[in-house]
Amino acid sequence: MSGLEDLYREIILDHYRSPRNRGELAVPPAHRTDGFNPLCGDEIVVYLELDDASKGEGATVTGIKIAGQGCSISQSSASMMSAAVSGKTVAEVRDLTKAFKAMMSIHEEGLEGEPSGEEPVEAPAGDLPLGDLEALRGVVKFPVRIKCATLSWNTLAQNLDETLAG
Amino acid sequence: MEVTGPGHDLDVQAIRKDFPILATQMNGKPLTYLDTAATSQKPQSVLDAMDHYYETSNANVHRAAYSLAEAATNALEGARAKVARFIGAGSANEVVFTKNATESLNLVAHAWGSKFLSQGDVVVLSQLEHHANIVPWHQLAASKGIELRWIPVGDDGRLDLTDLDALFDGAKMLAVTAMSNVTGTITPVTELAERAHAAGALVSVDACQYAPHLSLDVQTFGADFVSFSSHKMLGPTGIGVLWGRPEVLDATPPFMGGGGMILDVTMDGFTPAAVPQKFEAGTPAVAEAVGLGAAVDYLDALGMDQVRAHEVALNRYAIEMLTDRFGDSLTIHGPQEPEARGGVLSFALADIHPHDMSQVLNEHGVGVRPGHHCAKPLMRVLGVGATTRASWYVYNDTDDIDVLGDALADAKDFFGL
Repeated sequence: MSGLEDLYREIILDHYRSPRNRGELAVPPAHRTDGFNPLCGDEIVVYLELDDASKGEGATVTGIKIAGQGCSISQSSASMMSAAVSGKTVAEVRDLTKAFKAMMSIHEEGLEGEPSGEEPVEAPAGDLPLGDLEALRGVVKFPVRIKCATLSWNTLAQNLDETLAG
Repeated sequence: MEVTGPGHDLDVQAIRKDFPILATQMNGKPLTYLDTAATSQKPQSVLDAMDHYYETSNANVHRAAYSLAEAATNALEGARAKVARFIGAGSANEVVFTKNATESLNLVAHAWGSKFLSQGDVVVLSQLEHHANIVPWHQLAASKGIELRWIPVGDDGRLDLTDLDALFDGAKMLAVTAMSNVTGTITPVTELAERAHAAGALVSVDACQYAPHLSLDVQTFGADFVSFSSHKMLGPTGIGVLWGRPEVLDATPPFMGGGGMILDVTMDGFTPAAVPQKFEAGTPAVAEAVGLGAAVDYLDALGMDQVRAHEVALNRYAIEMLTDRFGDSLTIHGPQEPEARGGVLSFALADIHPHDMSQVLNEHGVGVRPGHHCAKPLMRVLGVGATTRASWYVYNDTDDIDVLGDALADAKDFFGL
């Protein structure tokens, strides 16, 4: 099952079995956003807290928790994301999101015969290191699972926009 | 291994030869197709019938006087007559061709509902329903202010009829499935229809899962509308059926307007045609109707009682073998008795998410469906986000279920559970 081992790297299964930053934050001060994958029923809830939303792109992520349920790919992606963005500024989170989605966007266009609703993503200059998230690179070989991997990131991006919009 | 049992003599090996796709491979393994509840595979006779129609009889129907157009019309109406006979309809005119069961169910909600429902009226559904029999009623709830009530599902996966009198009190419509696409639960349609009628409600039955697998007799159901799709019963996609009681179809206004559904049109208005043409605006799916007719012929030749006996035998084999093999790590949703369900098995194994499960099964050439199966209210009742669903039909045998068992064991190993 070599194909499967490309998809289910050990680090992915580790994050799935022992998810980081699992739980909830008090709303407010945190902001809550729910993300859905209507295809498979996966749900990701992102709780995000910034030090000071008035700093805009310069605000820092002081708290993030993940709730919801889903497959190993969606859950491990959310877990790795939560670890990767803690303590980062909003601008840094956006860059990381772009870098991750660039890795995932290779096959994202035109899935299931319909537009994915997402613009092709250019990797930001300097090619951010993705660390553990690199393990999800194998997902692009399984096009129907890409939406599993990007669900938490899209939910986080929506959360940031809502939080900064006040 | 052949399944044997009382009254059961389907020759599955011979049947499999009629389905070209079953000789193909998936990921280098022989295809083990266990997703008939999503759509069935098609026998050569259905494919040939559709080709033959296009090669010899294609013209538009109900229009021209030339002989070819007459042949096309005969092909369409011949298919309608076959379907009518298959479901015990009193006349072919009681059979309306639609795009699929979803359109049939929407026709009932929107066309019948637009005339006969108003604010505060009650429609009763069950918690087993597919979104296609829920969302149209939600739309009416939003636009007209109707009230929806729900027949609950008990812990045994069956409908809980304890409070039926209260649920039906003042109801105008019962919209209920005859067989769940998730749990396989076969519902007591005849009893439900009797009690709904006694309360003054009409009855619309979603028979999308029932019609392909059990002998369907609309007279026995006693309902007012029955909906199902061709593509789940060996026929092509793109055509569905709405059966209606003649006086109810007569009273229901047209759903879509256009060519073919009128008696007369003036600048002031229109007069609809008689049923079934009243509900068939635009050029119908003639080749698909011919394909559906061939599918009905195929099922008739097997005998629906044989089909049902075969699927009950497979239910029994699957439940016993999988329970034996996986014990407490396996949860089978819905009724545990093979006779209480159709050929649908939704399950959970050792906390492996259905999406991950189906990914491993795919490597074994096994096609199953992970997800919420367009029944999210039922998922919430079951307390799960998704299930893995295997479903079988006339071309499956115990070998397929053994392959499933081996693949499940491999998934358990792979995820270290």
